[in-house]
Amino acid sequence: MSENILEVNDLVKHYPVTQGVVFKKTVGQVKAVDGVSFGLRAGETLGVVGESGCGKSTLARVLMNLEKPTAGNVVYKGQDISKLSGGALRRLRRQIQLVMQDPYTSLNPRMTVGDLLGEPFEIHPEVAPKGSRRAKVRELLDLVGLNPEHINRYPHQFSGGQRQRIGIARALALRPEIIVCDEPVSALDVSIQAQVMNLLEQLQGEFGLSYVFIAHDLSVVRHLSDRVAVMYLGKIVEIGTEDEIYERPTHPYTQALLSAVPVPDPTQRNNKTIIRLTGDVPSPISPPSGCRFRTRCWKAQDVCAEQVPLLEIRRGSDHPSACHFAEKREIVATHEV
Amino acid sequence: MSDILVSEQSAPGPGGSGRPSGRLLEVDDLRVEFRTRDGVAKVINGVTYHVDAGETLAVLGESGSGKSVTAQTIMGILDTPPGFVTGGQVRFHGKDMLRMSDEERRRIRGEGIAMIFQDALSALNPVFTVGFQIAEQFRVRRGMGRAEAKKRAIDMLDQVKIPNAKGRFNNYPHQFSGGMRQRAMIAMSLALDPEVLIADEPTTALDVTVQAQIMDLLAELQRERQMGMILITHDLGVVADVADRIAVMYAGRIVEEADVYELYAKPAHPYTLGLIDSIPRLDEKGQQLRTIKGLPPNLMNIPPGCPFNPRCPMAQPVCREKVPPLLQVGPARASACHFAEELVNRV
Repeated sequence: MSENILEVNDLVKHYPVTQGVVFKKTVGQVKAVDGVSFGLRAGETLGVVGESGCGKSTLARVLMNLEKPTAGNVVYKGQDISKLSGGALRRLRRQIQLVMQDPYTSLNPRMTVGDLLGEPFEIHPEVAPKGSRRAKVRELLDLVGLNPEHINRYPHQFSGGQRQRIGIARALALRPEIIVCDEPVSALDVSIQAQVMNLLEQLQGEFGLSYVFIAHDLSVVRHLSDRVAVMYLGKIVEIGTEDEIYERPTHPYTQALLSAVPVPDPTQRNNKTIIRLTGDVPSPISPPSGCRFRTRCWKAQDVCAEQVPLLEIRRGSDHPSACHFAEKREIVATHEV
Repeated sequence: MSDILVSEQSAPGPGGSGRPSGRLLEVDDLRVEFRTRDGVAKVINGVTYHVDAGETLAVLGESGSGKSVTAQTIMGILDTPPGFVTGGQVRFHGKDMLRMSDEERRRIRGEGIAMIFQDALSALNPVFTVGFQIAEQFRVRRGMGRAEAKKRAIDMLDQVKIPNAKGRFNNYPHQFSGGMRQRAMIAMSLALDPEVLIADEPTTALDVTVQAQIMDLLAELQRERQMGMILITHDLGVVADVADRIAVMYAGRIVEEADVYELYAKPAHPYTLGLIDSIPRLDEKGQQLRTIKGLPPNLMNIPPGCPFNPRCPMAQPVCREKVPPLLQVGPARASACHFAEELVNRV
């Protein structure tokens, strides 16, 4: 087992809910991320899946140090990154980069591609001396499969998929070790999505990158990830290797999530295990006591309301799961292709 | 239905065959272009499809393929300008809707054909309660009184399985969750018991567990009411679960039409084949995904010949010269590819 390059320990991020204008008072906390721990190994892809509101994007922001955690920490190579500031933080940013979901709003429409990709070098001049920057930018464009001749074009002259490639090139400019991808392909059409996914895989092989790959699409996550963490209401409910999560899920939420994904094969219509969840995700301001999933869970017992199930390996299972009644169940009949 | 009306109204339009055929809803050789400052975009270039009572036709395509514009033209909600219908017909019970008066079309909307949209929050009016917006239809279209309309609206909310429908009647759209809003919109569109429901990406903005709930609900309501349904989507997974027939669109044309089982088992168009190959699947551990190279064409400058030829791995010189027509390649399936026969007959 290779060593963890990034470690997340008991990370908590709460946002205050305030009332009033003049005499503002805090009336509650949105518990966006509420005690998340995991390690990221060098060269691996850790997928983070969950539905909207589960805290996966907040997690990305805290990992990037765009938000300070309420409690807990993120440790990069022995360094607690949430304590860094100034020059030390700037140096760290070279190592951890972000690819955002929306290639339309994450690129400044008034900057040419050359400026957009050259900007990282202005902030970190030590990476590329002034004279070599244009050449570096061309190299980057070529790397992500764009025509280096288009260096003077503006973002609106590119399609969605091409813009996402620009976003990836920008994240790559400083040769980081870790890239946090927050829904990088969900805004793209099917035929373009596959191109971008292949590009991410190819770049990982070429530069030995580690990815934290955040997405809601379970099929995409399966395709790209070595390990997968499933989140629900600010907590990781199950974590394991791709096989463990997709072939032997033990948490009821993971099982329900997997069973709800439509498989593009009409012959599977009637021989699928379908677990239908009722109701909606509860509010993260006042999550249910004990296990947060219990209000929608078909296995819930009294103990689920009283005790928070820990994320740990239980009897009959080979990977950590936060359920008092964790039990293996095959949902997806997997075959190799 | 009056035969006289049919013969009067179905004079062949440009390109339209104009024959009444007893179909519920037919789109016949529809052509739409968008006239913009930058030029004319040919968004729909001869689309023909139909849907009958009780069946689900899935219209599958990527952004810009024209699948939503076709639906907007059927509903008569195409923005004009910039959008203009330049040919073809949309026949409802054999009668061309494009030649009807506004009043006639209005009568079909809601009662004949209704539509639900992807983004329920912007489709619902934020300043009226959900209940009012549903009840309004009963009052305006059915002439009911306030109390009766309210009763019917609550009944509709109940049918789409909104818990505590009575209490929810007075809520505003923003007080509903995403899934609930979609249910409310379904209730609204089904209030007047339409014969055809057009669902334009109804679950794209929803989480997968909620998506499953909504698709179940739609399937159940369709079965009960024997509605024809046109499901517009880009999601090959959703289509595989619910569709009877599929029409695949590319650059404003239908490139393949087939029964759902045949389409997935043996696509007869290289674009369909490419799409199916390029999606990651939940039940597959895989290596590199196969991709379709390049980008969809610019609709202001569609390549000559087959619009898919620059991206097609099978392209031959003939593909750059002749537009392949949508031809039968088997019982109840058609493909617009010069080499469709070879694709279907391959082992």
